Amino acid sequence: MKFDPAEFLNFTFTWRDVLIGAIITTLLMAVVAQIIGVLLGLIAALAGRSRNPLVKAISVIYVWFFRGTPVLVQIYLLYFGLPYLLGIDPFPKQYGSLPELIGGGFVAVTLALGVNEGAYMSEIIRAGILSVDSGQAEAAKSLGMTPRKTMQRIVLPQALRVIVPPLGNEFNNMIKTTSLASVVGVTELVLLAQNRYGATFQPFEPLLGICVFYLAMTTIWGVIQGRIERRLGAGTRSEDVPGFWSRMTGAGRGRQGDTGGVR
Amino acid sequence: MTGHVHGTDVDVSRDLLGAIGGVPTPPTDMVVDATNVEKWFGKLHVLRDVSLTVKRQEVVVVLGPSGSGKTTFIRCVNHLEKIQSGRIFVNGHLIGYRDVNGKLVEDKEANIARQRQEIGMVFQRFNLFPHKTALENIIEAPIQVRGTPKDEAIEMGRALLTRVGLAAKEGSYPSQLSGGQQQRVAIARALAMKPALMLFDEPTSALDPEMIGEVLEVMKELAREGMTMIVVTHEMGFAKEVADRVVMMDDGVVVEEGTPEHFFSNPTHERTKSFLSKIL
Repeated sequence: MKFDPAEFLNFTFTWRDVLIGAIITTLLMAVVAQIIGVLLGLIAALAGRSRNPLVKAISVIYVWFFRGTPVLVQIYLLYFGLPYLLGIDPFPKQYGSLPELIGGGFVAVTLALGVNEGAYMSEIIRAGILSVDSGQAEAAKSLGMTPRKTMQRIVLPQALRVIVPPLGNEFNNMIKTTSLASVVGVTELVLLAQNRYGATFQPFEPLLGICVFYLAMTTIWGVIQGRIERRLGAGTRSEDVPGFWSRMTGAGRGRQGDTGGVR
Repeated sequence: MTGHVHGTDVDVSRDLLGAIGGVPTPPTDMVVDATNVEKWFGKLHVLRDVSLTVKRQEVVVVLGPSGSGKTTFIRCVNHLEKIQSGRIFVNGHLIGYRDVNGKLVEDKEANIARQRQEIGMVFQRFNLFPHKTALENIIEAPIQVRGTPKDEAIEMGRALLTRVGLAAKEGSYPSQLSGGQQQRVAIARALAMKPALMLFDEPTSALDPEMIGEVLEVMKELAREGMTMIVVTHEMGFAKEVADRVVMMDDGVVVEEGTPEHFFSNPTHERTKSFLSKIL
């Protein structure tokens, strides 16, 4: 047994300034990439329902490519492949006077993760839209609402109940997937741990240390997600929304994807 | 208010249409004019040369066995279903299509949406918006489609809810209402658009027996106040009492058409006789 509690505590709690920077980097990448993913996913899901065959084909190919290739390869394609193709480097170490945190690696990884996420979100949003009873759109249309208004006001708000639980899972995943940014030199949590044990030759303690931070982030997110879901549950029975412990552990989530009061 | 089959203690106001400023008057006397409508679902021929007219303030009840095309027909009247040939006019407007040298070309969505504003529809399964309260269900379309100011829409919505006997339920979500209450909200929601025509697609078929009366009561009141209505239903009592004209459909064809007196006392067509003998 080689575990060195002093090194663990030292890394986790005295390296505070560096760690806080890495956590901010991690969260910023995750949030921006997830937002990009939701927006692209919404566009792709709506495009996939288009009557225009070209628009539909673009959506299908997008989802097919980005779900069918490893996200690590997509990061490499963007970060190494794009400068090679263009002959200029869109991902320099630093952008003018912007803080060093938001350098080329950060931008490339955030973009790649966002575009990749869009493919998954597209499927989630598509399923959400399909979960809404067709009678809802018919009722809206019969009241004179245009297809756009029908989607905005009636279908998407109801689809949200089905979209949000898996969206929460996606964001949970995203927080952890940002660790891939370490391969292109972004100073997030994993790179920080690697730097540390590169110097100390004690890998276990810093790796366990960053687990503490990942757990903290995903746990706090779990609580926030529960609040959002309960809020969306207006008009449905509240027992359909899982509580904190079942959310954290996945227990008793057989009803996930249930449409609640939607018939 | 007496003599109906289903007893009800729901207090339905005498002035239902007062809540939307009186009986909407369509510009023409002929509200619905459908001629030679043909429709296929793939290879299934569901409407065969269907023609039907409905005059202003007329109540037409469509009867027939399931699969006869009666529901499909009224869904064509507000273009929830496409037709392959024939013409359906509502208030003089060709519904869902433009006539290009005698051929039907589907109209732009925005135009279809505008046409549907004049046509209220009540569905078998209510189709209330579950994420909105009773009042929000009613004011949604007036605000979003007609651009009615919110406070004005709320005032009208409350008046409508009062008239269908649900003033106390304005803050309830559909899941908190009984089937009969939901259907009364759905009727109020359709009326809020001040339609010139109301379509009812088996409005009581999904209801528990004890709730049928309260919905029929609202519909009878609407008919008395002069709303133009096409009603697909199996409620023979309603047809006898309220209909100006009864239409019998079978296998996609209008088999027989006549006043309720003619229809229920001496129907001429064999198919009508056997249908009535089974359900009366």
